[in-house]
Amino acid sequence: MEDLLREYLPIVIFLGLAIAIGLVFIFAALIIAVRNPDPEKVSAYECGFNAFDDSRMKFDVRFYLVSILFIIFDLEIAFLFPWAVAFKDVGLLGFWSMIVFLGVLTVGFAYEWKKGALEWE
Amino acid sequence: MDTDLIAASVRASSPEIIVIIGACAALMLSLWPHQDQQKYLTWLSLITILLASAQTLQLSPRPVNIVETTYSGMFVVDAFATYFKMLLYLGTALTILMSGKFLQTEEAVKGEYYVLLLFALAGTMIMVSGADLLIIYIGLELQALSIYVLTGFLKTRGRSVEAALKYVILGAFSSGILLYGLSLIYGLTGSTQLGVLNSALATADLSEPMLILATVFLLVGLLFKIGAVPFHMWVPDIYEGAPTPITAYLSVASKTAAFAVLLRVFMGSLIGLEPLWSSGLAAIAVATMALGSLVALVQDNIKRLLAYSSISHVGFLLLGIIAGTTSGMSAILLYLLIYTFMTLGLFAIVILLHRDVRAGEPLTLFSGLAQSHAGLAFMAMIFLFSLAGIPPTGGFFAKFYVLVALIDAGHVTLAVIAVLLSAVAAWFYLRLIMLIYIQPAEPTTGSTAAPATGPTGHARAAILLSAPMRLVLLFSFSGTVLSGIFPAWFLAMARQASLSGLGN
Amino acid sequence: METIILFAPLVGAILAGFGWKVIGEKPAQYLTVGLLFLAALLSWIVFIWLEPETRTITLFRWIESGSLSIDWAIRMDRLTATMLVVVTTVSSLVHLYSIGYMAHDENFSDNEPYRARFFAYLSFFTFTMLMLVTSDNLVQMFFGWEGVGVASYLLIGFYFKKPSANAAAMKAFIVNRVGDFGFALGIFGLFYMVDSIRLEDVFAAAPKLAETQISFLWAEWNAANLLMMLLFIGAMGKSAQLFLHTWLPDAMEGPTPVSALIHAATMVTAGVFLVARMSPLMEYAPYAKDFIVIVGATTALFAASVGLVQNDIKRVIAYSTCSQLGYMFVAAGAGVYGAAMFHLLTHAFFKALLFLGAGSVIHAMHHEQDMRNYGGLRKKIPLTFAAMVIGTLAITGVGIPFTYIGFAGFFSKDAIIESAYVVSDYAFWMLVIAALFTSFYSWRLIFMTFFGEARGDKHTHDHAHESPMSMLVPLGVLSLGAIFSGFIFYSSFFGDVEKSREFFGMPEHIAAVEGEGGETAGSSHGGEAEAEVADTSEHNAEETVVAMSEHNVAMAGGAVAPQGAIYMRADNMVLEEAHEVADWVKLSPFIAMLLGLGTAYMFYMRRPDWPRRLAEAQKPLYLFLLNKWYFDEIFDVIFVRPAMALGRFLWKQGDEKTIDGGLNGLAMGVVPYLTRMAGRAQSGYLFHYAFAMVLGIAILITWMSIGGGVE
Repeated sequence: MEDLLREYLPIVIFLGLAIAIGLVFIFAALIIAVRNPDPEKVSAYECGFNAFDDSRMKFDVRFYLVSILFIIFDLEIAFLFPWAVAFKDVGLLGFWSMIVFLGVLTVGFAYEWKKGALEWE
Repeated sequence: MDTDLIAASVRASSPEIIVIIGACAALMLSLWPHQDQQKYLTWLSLITILLASAQTLQLSPRPVNIVETTYSGMFVVDAFATYFKMLLYLGTALTILMSGKFLQTEEAVKGEYYVLLLFALAGTMIMVSGADLLIIYIGLELQALSIYVLTGFLKTRGRSVEAALKYVILGAFSSGILLYGLSLIYGLTGSTQLGVLNSALATADLSEPMLILATVFLLVGLLFKIGAVPFHMWVPDIYEGAPTPITAYLSVASKTAAFAVLLRVFMGSLIGLEPLWSSGLAAIAVATMALGSLVALVQDNIKRLLAYSSISHVGFLLLGIIAGTTSGMSAILLYLLIYTFMTLGLFAIVILLHRDVRAGEPLTLFSGLAQSHAGLAFMAMIFLFSLAGIPPTGGFFAKFYVLVALIDAGHVTLAVIAVLLSAVAAWFYLRLIMLIYIQPAEPTTGSTAAPATGPTGHARAAILLSAPMRLVLLFSFSGTVLSGIFPAWFLAMARQASLSGLGN
Repeated sequence: METIILFAPLVGAILAGFGWKVIGEKPAQYLTVGLLFLAALLSWIVFIWLEPETRTITLFRWIESGSLSIDWAIRMDRLTATMLVVVTTVSSLVHLYSIGYMAHDENFSDNEPYRARFFAYLSFFTFTMLMLVTSDNLVQMFFGWEGVGVASYLLIGFYFKKPSANAAAMKAFIVNRVGDFGFALGIFGLFYMVDSIRLEDVFAAAPKLAETQISFLWAEWNAANLLMMLLFIGAMGKSAQLFLHTWLPDAMEGPTPVSALIHAATMVTAGVFLVARMSPLMEYAPYAKDFIVIVGATTALFAASVGLVQNDIKRVIAYSTCSQLGYMFVAAGAGVYGAAMFHLLTHAFFKALLFLGAGSVIHAMHHEQDMRNYGGLRKKIPLTFAAMVIGTLAITGVGIPFTYIGFAGFFSKDAIIESAYVVSDYAFWMLVIAALFTSFYSWRLIFMTFFGEARGDKHTHDHAHESPMSMLVPLGVLSLGAIFSGFIFYSSFFGDVEKSREFFGMPEHIAAVEGEGGETAGSSHGGEAEAEVADTSEHNAEETVVAMSEHNVAMAGGAVAPQGAIYMRADNMVLEEAHEVADWVKLSPFIAMLLGLGTAYMFYMRRPDWPRRLAEAQKPLYLFLLNKWYFDEIFDVIFVRPAMALGRFLWKQGDEKTIDGGLNGLAMGVVPYLTRMAGRAQSGYLFHYAFAMVLGIAILITWMSIGGGVE
């Protein structure tokens, strides 16, 4: 247990330093900075022209869907790539294992296709 | 890995594979809408479960003490797992049977419902067969994710969605804790396999802080799943919000699986740490029973009431673990079986009485049932008697054997507390019976609903008993009654299973 | 085959009770009747071809808990077989009879379906009764015991629209509870002492029990005596013996077939059966035996005396039943279990006959039950009349002394009276007087009902009609039983010592004696000892008891359950001695019977004004008898009122003040407070929930660090 804790000692030191520096900046700003606000100062800054929209723009939820679906195929590639490289060595068992995996994935793919998850409109 | 070994592993896990294939097939089937789709899906799911159970029975080791360990020792097939799997099949199959009508009333017939139930079943099966903490965790997550979605299945209903959201967040929180405990265990022992843990922890220093932390986190993760105090807060809200068949499933199957893990881990592998966790668990058990029984007294929603009732039953079940003996364990196994029967039976009746989600499920749904539907009222009474633990129903023997195990193990005080609290609990079951038999039927529940059905006040339209519903009621009723009449026969099964559960 | 006998009535009950809507009311009735006849047929087959040794047929393991493990099993021996025959025969006939009797009932409107329910109850009763008599352990027996109680409750209260029927049903149930409490205590005690409630084990342990002292209530008791007493208290309740008899006459509120089945032939004899069944224990409990003799003899006289003046036809027969049960207990208490069972068998026939006959009369008279409104019915219902006369001849024990010619009661009642003479003068005289009374009230019933002029409602009388075939056939069959059953079974049950030993599967008397060593062999040597027996017959009960308790020491042998259906110890010579009593003793019941007949004839045929004059002359005595010795009133003062007062006190002072104050304070104050707290925590906010979990984790960690590690 001692050893374990000793290994984490540098992290604790870093953590302490980070907190300390962060605090220093905040308090420095609080104590030293001159505060003299006017409407122009507090308004949003948009590269020289007036802001024409809310900065917190709504993001279309479909992006999330696409990205999630993408992850699945991403994962598929992550599996397929080493499998393809070592194809000679994995043998029949390895081949069929991957086919089963792809089969399961295909079921999911068929499902999302039919459900229309891949269509933008 | 050898091909033979893999073949053996595949064979051992064939019930799970069957269920997953069935789920995939159901998913495909759900894509092409058809007017009888629901019927096909129900049949497909039931056949899948039937096949899986046949396969499970076929795999079940004949001499009970033989344990087949596969996937490099991460997966076992023993009598313990077989017993629990059969219990899960029963719970899931009955849930599927009773879902049909509910989904129709709610106009939420979707193929995904059955698919997700099957996936949840697969998850729970993996949980009870897992001999490695990681496998158990994966099973647990598979089950939990499916249930999250099912909880929010009624997309247009606020309560359902809210319940799902709460469940996801708290569930994630709890599985985080569980995972944390798991990794600590791995850090301490260098293994996640239950068999290895046992010997590794045999000589452990019980005052080691990390070990305490690991035990607590592991315990808490599982206690959350079964809904023990103070990790029960999600239970009433989720039970109330979820579609009623899913509530039934939650209170039966997912609790059963979590108990299987709790038993396997804490009475098998972590038994060496018993001095560490037993007193804390005893306190939790008492608190759970007390809170469940007391708070249930003031509930006016039937599903919330059943939620608290299930909390107090969990408290009672935990006592069996505290007894720490084989008889305690077999008492729990028997209890879970009987609990499955009586709870599902009562939920089936709630579904039958259910009108629509907006009206909720006030207790007054039950009032005057005896006048309009004597048979249903009688069944409800038997289920309630059983839940209250009144002989000669099964519920009595369920409690009785736990108490016997507890007293045999020397925990007389706990047994006395348990009896007192179950007397409190009996009160609210009896209140329901009173509603059924004494109260006249109320016109419509105090809402703004129009006085639809004339001056007599019999708002309840004749309840149509569909064939699947009849089947559910038949099963659960005969189970409840038979286990009360022939408890020894059921106990013998539970005992066999628990012997093998402690064996490894 | 035994299994079929046991479960056929249950199947009938379930199908008729739950399925009559499906199969229809008529088929439900015929189904139960058919199943019962099947059971009866099989029972006779079992009875006739019974093997001598006891068999146990285990159906399945029933309850298992610690050292208590109970099978559901059938114990087949002569006792069981006899009871099977009695129960199924009477029950099947009563089922058949009920088809006619229950066809129209003024207590129910035309479209109310009550018949299937009635038959389901009857069959259910039969099943529980069979379970009682076939059980091989006391818990199963208790289960049947309570089952018949429930069935009896349902059947007495069958006319649930009549308040008096409901009250009677409750009374029967509650009075029986007192007895059952004793029975349950006895079972607990046996389990405590023997660590098993299987009959086999209990019998084996009986000699040990006789030497063990056990402390109960305020004193030390001999275990065998105490336990047997407790069991007998259960029997007293069920068999309506003195002090616990008050429910039986009221139970006549039920339909008449019920009275015939339950309150004459079967359920009430369960107590006698229990005592006979426990004979191996009885034999080691001399004081309990004395107690049983005294209670039985007193009941016999008491009930017969009350029967003298009752006017309700069913109540007369009810008191007669009570009295006859007293006879059986005297025989059982005397140690002549065969005679007790014999009387049980014959009584079942003739008493069921009398009840069903009475039912036929009531049926004919449109549910009029008061005998003062009968009269002259002989011409109207000749077949019923014949049956009733046969029943009366049987119950009064008509027969030719010193021959084997006579009605059923002649054999069995005389057997009991002779046995009683051997053990106790008190019992003997009680029984003889009771026999006189029996004869009087039985003939009084016949004379008042069938002879003389029609009293009562003219219209009813004119429309009196003979009952349908389904009611007359059972009467005919039972008449045959009432005539011949005594003659046929006399030697097996009582008459011939050797034959009855063989009949009950008991080993040879001599062998038993030799097995215990030479000590007792000289003093009593089975059949050869008859010379000595003659003079020992002078012994009164007390001396016999002394001899028995001395004998206890010699009996500490191996713990093996004795063979056979009943067990009689080597020194139990009552059976042999009873055959050797003086002639005047054998003649006495016959004379008593003649006297009773003569008096009844004088009172009700020749000089009908005598009864009223006698009643007026002896008003206190008459009222004393008419009011059943004021037992109900005494109980009311001793038990009911104090209980009510106590209840009222507890209600006002204890409940309303203390409990409502205290517990309600808890229930209304503390509990809702706790619930409110928990309810407030259940806020619906996620962060509250998560916070509770974190708090829980923190507490658990603290708990385990402080408490867990230290242990």
